[in-house]
Amino acid sequence: MNAQLQPTGSAYFITKDATAPESHTLSVLVDNEPGVLARVIGLFSGRGYNIDSLTVSETEHEKHLSRITIATRATPQVMEQIKNQLERIVPVHRVVDLTVVAQERGQERPLERELALVKVTGKGDARVEALRLAEAFNAKVSDATTEHFIFEITGKGTKIDQFIAIMKPLGLIEICRTGIAAMTRGPEGM
Amino acid sequence: MNARAETGRQETIRQDAGRREMTGAEMVVQALKDNGVKHIFGYPGGAVLPIYDEIFQQEDVQHILVRHEQGAGHAAEGYARSTGKAGVMLVTSGPGATNAVTPLQDALMDSIPLVCITGQVPTTLIGSDGFQECDTVGITRPCTKHNWLVKDVNELAATLHEAFHVATTGRPGPVVVDIPKDIQFAKGMYTPPQQAPRMSYQPKVNGDLEKVRAAVELMASAKRPIIYSGGGVVNSGPEASHLLRELVDLTGFPITSTLMGLGAYPASGKNWLGMLGMHGSYEANMAMHDCDVMVCIGARFDDRITGRLNAFSPNSKKIHIDIDPSSLNKNVRVEIPILGDVGRVLEDMVRLWRASAKQEKAQLKGWWEQIGHWRARNSFAYTRSADVIMPQYAIERLYEATKDRDVYITTEVGQHQMWAAQFYGFEKPNRWLTSGGLGTMGYGLPAALGVQIAHPKSLVIDIAGDASVQMTMQEMSAAVQYEAPIKIFILNNQYMGMVRQWQQLLHGNRLSHSYTEAMPDFVLMAQAFGAHGIRCEKPHELDDKIAEMIDVKKPVIFDCRVANLANCFPMIPSGKAHNEMLLPDEATDEVVANAIDAKGRELV
Repeated sequence: MNAQLQPTGSAYFITKDATAPESHTLSVLVDNEPGVLARVIGLFSGRGYNIDSLTVSETEHEKHLSRITIATRATPQVMEQIKNQLERIVPVHRVVDLTVVAQERGQERPLERELALVKVTGKGDARVEALRLAEAFNAKVSDATTEHFIFEITGKGTKIDQFIAIMKPLGLIEICRTGIAAMTRGPEGM
Repeated sequence: MNARAETGRQETIRQDAGRREMTGAEMVVQALKDNGVKHIFGYPGGAVLPIYDEIFQQEDVQHILVRHEQGAGHAAEGYARSTGKAGVMLVTSGPGATNAVTPLQDALMDSIPLVCITGQVPTTLIGSDGFQECDTVGITRPCTKHNWLVKDVNELAATLHEAFHVATTGRPGPVVVDIPKDIQFAKGMYTPPQQAPRMSYQPKVNGDLEKVRAAVELMASAKRPIIYSGGGVVNSGPEASHLLRELVDLTGFPITSTLMGLGAYPASGKNWLGMLGMHGSYEANMAMHDCDVMVCIGARFDDRITGRLNAFSPNSKKIHIDIDPSSLNKNVRVEIPILGDVGRVLEDMVRLWRASAKQEKAQLKGWWEQIGHWRARNSFAYTRSADVIMPQYAIERLYEATKDRDVYITTEVGQHQMWAAQFYGFEKPNRWLTSGGLGTMGYGLPAALGVQIAHPKSLVIDIAGDASVQMTMQEMSAAVQYEAPIKIFILNNQYMGMVRQWQQLLHGNRLSHSYTEAMPDFVLMAQAFGAHGIRCEKPHELDDKIAEMIDVKKPVIFDCRVANLANCFPMIPSGKAHNEMLLPDEATDEVVANAIDAKGRELV
């Protein structure tokens, strides 16, 4: 009810919102047309929403459909706003809050994966140690000379974070991450 | 060519049903015709010359030449809001497009269907910082409902039809179609509206019947109900206003409205509480605060309406009908959100109420008595003067002189706008045009021009302030050119009155740059434009001079000199709740100076 409501919307009555933000992953199905990504990103920056991760690619060429996966953090009420605002964009077909769907199905989170390329340089023990750890993380060596490796690792974001942290003292010099790809678990489609 | 060949050719044309080859510029004019456009507002320039050349060679679409692109936009908004059809503007690239930004954002916030066609440098030059180039789709992306850059002439016609569809359906709004100059020259196939493909955009118009049923049940159980209606009722069309009136009659509920919704329910109606919000009536705001069931119809819980959110109507259950899902549960949590077109939902609501709800109107007797007490507070009261014209008095006299006529009222933004909303009674929808969401000073004069073009025989009055009106005064020249006899009724107090009022409230009466020291002579100004100028300085002259203003068959600038330091009350100071209004008889200098505490000062 209203009395407990935390004011969030009015630009002219700014009160700290004590509600804890939640992390959610959204799947947004859009027409693959010029400017559509700018519309989505512009909405987030214009309305002050967060983007933790953003992934976008064409998924159905014949239908000109692209799928944007956005990881964001917000209070439940703002989360609802983000979804509604996204749905209002004309070339947006559907918005699914994968986190909510997962929770409704009694799962902790949707299936979320990320790929990272991690370049590590070095010689001697550090190099051996890097390779050994990479194997432990199931990371693939995608490029190598006697002075470097590029590891290709996929998994949850936390796993990649951990891998990167471990590689830091072993000669890590470059990281590239794709951002999260996500879908709901189970046989049902989006 | 013999007769038979000629007949055969005509057959082919008929079968093609309008699908034929033409240039991009021709397509623009054809698409305007096919979408029922009679008037457009615009300003030529290098990047739209091919379109202007086509406009020159036809008579179905009349072009109104404004003096600044902002004027074209507001005129098109006025045209749209007074007719219920889309307003159309045509401007060139670069500065033409950037000047259109203010009316686009204005139309976005007030949900006005506006189609803006902009010229662009040739596709080969896009991105080269060409002369009069700007990233029009980039600049207008956040201030339109949708926009397009057309890079293929064969897609132009379908894009234009889609633009009209997006602008006028769902929650109406502005759209931009940016057309490079080479596309205007290029030849391609024209697709008529019936054959144009539809995009993903499909707004939901029918409300969920179960929710409507739940809403009707809640309403029937109410002891202290209130209907809070908004601009969405006007936008939904005349039928929605009709249904709203029917619902009020059936239920016996009191009704208030936002600034944008005035006229949907008649000001003379017996259940009318007046406008609500920051400068709304005491009875409307108190009833909002104390109600047990609130029915919000096509309004969006704007911060000027709610006051302090955590003190907003604390003990009520709320029903919210809106076509825009993002308006539901945005600022205020509601128990029953109903997504759909106001007209459709009201239709269901009225039907279900008739069929099921058997509420006794006597159940509301105590509530109406309470409202009667609040009404008796007479919150719009002001002290009259025999020597100076009080601005409220000027509007009262204007209302008396014009209420029985076919009249449209536009306003600028500021104190005069609030006084107009408080003291001018609107009986019908689409008769009141004001910049509510964006608060654009300079809206009213060009909007009046747009209304007058759409309704040449009606009386169109812009209730203006001396500061606002100077922002788009140049459009008087357009009004004279098109013999549009708009009446610019300026409440001239030499101040930016609302700015000054806030400086008095918030900034220790330090009137930083809110006084216009060099005011132009508005009567001479009118004459310079070829219009008619009237000055009125005394209350006893007012009626005769207003009569003169109405009788003159030309555009008129009416310089009404009003009390310089009058302020607009009642008022909910920022950071306060609905039941903490500042009333005119309590607003002494000391109270005004202390009305907003340190915390509220940051908020405006």
